[in-house]
Amino acid sequence: MKFALPLIVCVIIGTFLYKGLANDPSYIASPLIGKPAPSFSLPVLGEDGNDFTPEQMKGKVWMLNIWATWCASCRVEHPLLVDLARQGIVDIVGLNYKDKDDLATQWLNDLGDPYVLTAVDQSGRIGIDWGFYGAPETFVIDKAGIVRYKHVGPIAPADLQNTLLPLVAELKAAS
Amino acid sequence: MNKIILSLCMMFWAFSVQAFEEREFKTAQDEALFDNLVTELRCLVCQNQNIADSDAELAVDLRREIFTMIEAGKDKSHILDFMVQRYGEFVLYKPRLTARTILLWVGPACLFLLGILIILRSAKRQRAVPTNQPDEAALKRARNLLDSQD
Repeated sequence: MKFALPLIVCVIIGTFLYKGLANDPSYIASPLIGKPAPSFSLPVLGEDGNDFTPEQMKGKVWMLNIWATWCASCRVEHPLLVDLARQGIVDIVGLNYKDKDDLATQWLNDLGDPYVLTAVDQSGRIGIDWGFYGAPETFVIDKAGIVRYKHVGPIAPADLQNTLLPLVAELKAAS
Repeated sequence: MNKIILSLCMMFWAFSVQAFEEREFKTAQDEALFDNLVTELRCLVCQNQNIADSDAELAVDLRREIFTMIEAGKDKSHILDFMVQRYGEFVLYKPRLTARTILLWVGPACLFLLGILIILRSAKRQRAVPTNQPDEAALKRARNLLDSQD
């Protein structure tokens, strides 16, 4: 009985600390989830005079992948995106962040181009609107243009199978 | 000796270059607001630094963005809203008082009160325990024993 109170306190603190172990401190929940995708109009890589705006994707479930050639984790993630694009399940739009056009084109030629198109955010200003802080980042946007999910860091095969693909399937099924 | 002085000078020269970003503010209040904002906002790339201290490229961009907004005459709450809408409540070193952050604000005070209550209770219990009052009956017995040995 004497030890009841310290024991309870220990268990409570221990539970919180134990749960904290499983948290990823680099992951910050995006305030954009459930909100309309931030609008922008950016030039399309390799298509002079053509601009891309998220509104063009209305009615489709799509993914926005923010990447750059200077980002090492993007290189890790890239084959998975190429593979996903080959399956034709979901459109992936690339957002090339603070990069050089020729380097980006070279990268897509060398490693394969999983994107339906790549928008160029040279100044990084649009990245700010999307709350971008750690390349690569991937957003899932539904048919109504609402942001449904954000993945920070390279997508692992398990993330794709367990989270992203089920979500995409669910959003595609919704009218 | 000269070489040492020279190398020391070069070291400090490098430091000052790294920290230098020139900005022309319209008024002293604008400058104070800028300094206040960049120290109150967290850099998400290196989470334990604020935007003022961080060398991350994102911090540089955000400093420029905040400067532009101040130049455009935006006030502090507008700029904080701008940041929270994009990066979430986490960017604020001093979270705002909302239903979700209420525990952060009142939690420590509650724990403090709880601690005081526990101390008061245990103090009261200690007072309630009888102090070492000699047991009259036992004393009598002891005295009898001592007397009988004579």
